[in-house]
Amino acid sequence: MIPELGHVALILALVIAVIQATFPLVGSLAGGSGNRNWMNMARPLAYGQFTLLLIAFACLTQAFLTSDFSVLYVASHSNTLLPTLYKVSAVWGGHEGSLLLWVLFMAAWGAAVAAFSRNLPLAVVSRVIAVQGMIAIGFLLFMLLTSNPFERLFPVPVEGRDLNPLLQDFGLAIHPPMLYMGYVGFSVAFAFAIAALIGGKLDAAWARWSRPWTTVAWVFLTIGIALGSWWAYYELGWGGWWFWDPVENASLMPWLVGTALIHSLAVTEKRGAFKSWTVLLAISAFSLSLLGTFLVRSGVLTSVHAFATDPERGLFILIFLCVVIGGSLALYAWRAPEVSEGGRFDLLSRESALLANNLLFVAFTVLVLFGTLAPLIYEAFNWGKISVGFPWFNQMFLALSPFLALLLGFGPAMRWKHDEPMRILRMLWLAFALSVVVLAVLALPMFGARTLWVPVGIALAAWLLFSHVAIVRERLKNKRGLAAWVADMRGSGRSFYGMVTAHVGVALFVVGVTMVSNFQMEEDVRMSPGDSYEMAGYRFQFLGAEKAPGPNYQADRGHFRVFRGDRQITELFPEKRAYLGGGMPMTEAAIDPGLFRDVYVSLGEPVGGGDWALRLYYKPFVRWIWLGSIFMALGGLLAVTDPRYRTGRVRARAPAHAAAARA
Amino acid sequence: MTSSTSPRRRLAVALVPMALFVALVALLVFGLGNDPRKVPSPLVGKPVPEFRLPELTDPSRSVTDEDLRGRISLVNVWASWCNSCRAEHQALMALSESPDFQIVGLNWKDDAGDANRVLRMTGNPYDMNGYDPDNTVGIHWGVYGAPETFVVDHNGIIRHKHIGPIDRTVWEETLQPLIAQLKAEQ
Repeated sequence: MIPELGHVALILALVIAVIQATFPLVGSLAGGSGNRNWMNMARPLAYGQFTLLLIAFACLTQAFLTSDFSVLYVASHSNTLLPTLYKVSAVWGGHEGSLLLWVLFMAAWGAAVAAFSRNLPLAVVSRVIAVQGMIAIGFLLFMLLTSNPFERLFPVPVEGRDLNPLLQDFGLAIHPPMLYMGYVGFSVAFAFAIAALIGGKLDAAWARWSRPWTTVAWVFLTIGIALGSWWAYYELGWGGWWFWDPVENASLMPWLVGTALIHSLAVTEKRGAFKSWTVLLAISAFSLSLLGTFLVRSGVLTSVHAFATDPERGLFILIFLCVVIGGSLALYAWRAPEVSEGGRFDLLSRESALLANNLLFVAFTVLVLFGTLAPLIYEAFNWGKISVGFPWFNQMFLALSPFLALLLGFGPAMRWKHDEPMRILRMLWLAFALSVVVLAVLALPMFGARTLWVPVGIALAAWLLFSHVAIVRERLKNKRGLAAWVADMRGSGRSFYGMVTAHVGVALFVVGVTMVSNFQMEEDVRMSPGDSYEMAGYRFQFLGAEKAPGPNYQADRGHFRVFRGDRQITELFPEKRAYLGGGMPMTEAAIDPGLFRDVYVSLGEPVGGGDWALRLYYKPFVRWIWLGSIFMALGGLLAVTDPRYRTGRVRARAPAHAAAARA
Repeated sequence: MTSSTSPRRRLAVALVPMALFVALVALLVFGLGNDPRKVPSPLVGKPVPEFRLPELTDPSRSVTDEDLRGRISLVNVWASWCNSCRAEHQALMALSESPDFQIVGLNWKDDAGDANRVLRMTGNPYDMNGYDPDNTVGIHWGVYGAPETFVVDHNGIIRHKHIGPIDRTVWEETLQPLIAQLKAEQ
């Protein structure tokens, strides 16, 4: 009964989406100041949509919690032995359920826009919610026609097939929700852009409204990607943190474009420039989220994490992509020629720096897109079977990243519109000189850097840090004393320090990547119980492996003592699990984490007589990669709390308010 | 910056993203139609191409097309650099215990040291492994990427090609029934 309730809720949600996509939009376009009654429907519809999808989601969760195997989706992704936490996360562990989570989050964003946009012109809110309704129609149709999570199964099996063991992990339980919040969050930026194009009004107010939403979406995506990378690191047991897998790339592309977008929005808000850029980036960020969905679910590319693939689903999403992206690009082509380019600027200005930033991020995105689609491109043009793999991506990113890092030190120091070379020189010469010293010192033979990348990477990180210290000092010059600083933090200081925090995050990330790529060690060894092995100054003592039963798996658990000198620093218990639901055995690596290094043991195969094949890793600074991501996310959050985004003040300050009200 | 350009030119510029998107869609339609998992290999139903390769773990021996006659074989194309192969490896380990067929590896575009290290570390599911670092044999088999798996019957005829990793669904729904059928033919 309850699954049928969920199914009905989905159908009603589709009906609401159709109303949501039409009435408020038509109302906003009606003559005069529009049809207020129709526009006033927008908010209640957004809340209704969210409520219905919440009901559907609750129904599916209930089916998982009660192990209702008469539901096909539950029977294929759960099992009575599955721990409760993973029964919940199994709701989005497969194709159908993850789609439901997608639309639920989109409705949540829609409801949030409805709730927190009290001071936006009604026409804008109506159009934004209508555009979200259109996207919801596509996804709900897709679910109901090809991927219904509530489909029944008869005869009812006694036991489910179990959740993919790879997904039975806390990191992966929360990774998809974060990622989807990011993907779907870009639908708000997209909807704002489309609403602005429909109204023909691309102005500073539009940028200010969409900025906080975009930043929050970007924060979620940043956390989601970092979680995925962290999960791959400890769960796959290969010690890597990024694999350039098509699915990883699918999440990276919207992030890269989203990063360009939040910077471009700043220019549009502050200077009224880059409007075409910003609108196009907003469309692209969400389009790439949709493209990612297509790539993951259509079977066009093969990947480790591909969902159950099905060309019929692929075709549906492709048509949907054409309608959404094609439609918005057509709208763009129609409206963009009328858009004024806004304020002019000199070569040496913050606008120029941000333009270069946009170009670099677009270049990164194109590289990832090309690399991901390369197998298809090569096949389509019969260029032979060249595979664009891991080394290609690394080389391309290594070639461009130094320019980005260099630029990132200068950009925030520059003034809008026009700046003096001497002023920037005075502000940054010390930071630059110190970074050059770092470069020179680290290049000395005594530090044993085998490639120039180590000194370059660390010097660039130092440059980012030093230049931002100089930039903060410059701001503090005008705001002396604690009281002035507190006042600043109540005002626009939050955006500024948010930016600084995020940029310092980039520095930490660069240090992490540089160190772990160049100084990590890994050894494959065969060890008997009692053996010791020394690596990177750590001594690993293997005490043997024994059977250890888990709730729904049988494990072999190895026991290690790790010594530094004579002191035991930790004990490690890596596992190899065979899940009772069948399928492939999983390795659970044991990691001793540290700020400056991880030591990491993963269990290979038993090789007879109690001996095991093992993999030992030493990973210096690997945590800095995720620490940097956390800093970026925190920076974004801090910036969002800037009081100028609180809509009450927008009214007082927005110069374009009158124009927007007219729209 | 663009204020001096003509309206026609501005429209042309505004249409560039659209044009790029159309090209992308064309590519995706092609990809969808050419779903690598759906298109049967032109080699299906044909005898295996002749070849001779050094054995990976013991280069003094060789692996030839003769080794694929007389038994049912799974010919698995893999490489140490391929992540999907790592995902598939455990499944192959489980399958290697079956007496019904042999698993013959084609170690493709790989480094012998890396490949042997993977086998030492994670176990060796292969009865033998042809070492094909330069794709000299892979090209005759129409190898598109790794992993790929060919099912070869006891007469040395290729009966099926699977692209992508073997997981439980692929095994239960496609490969296992096919092998049972081949066994019955034998």
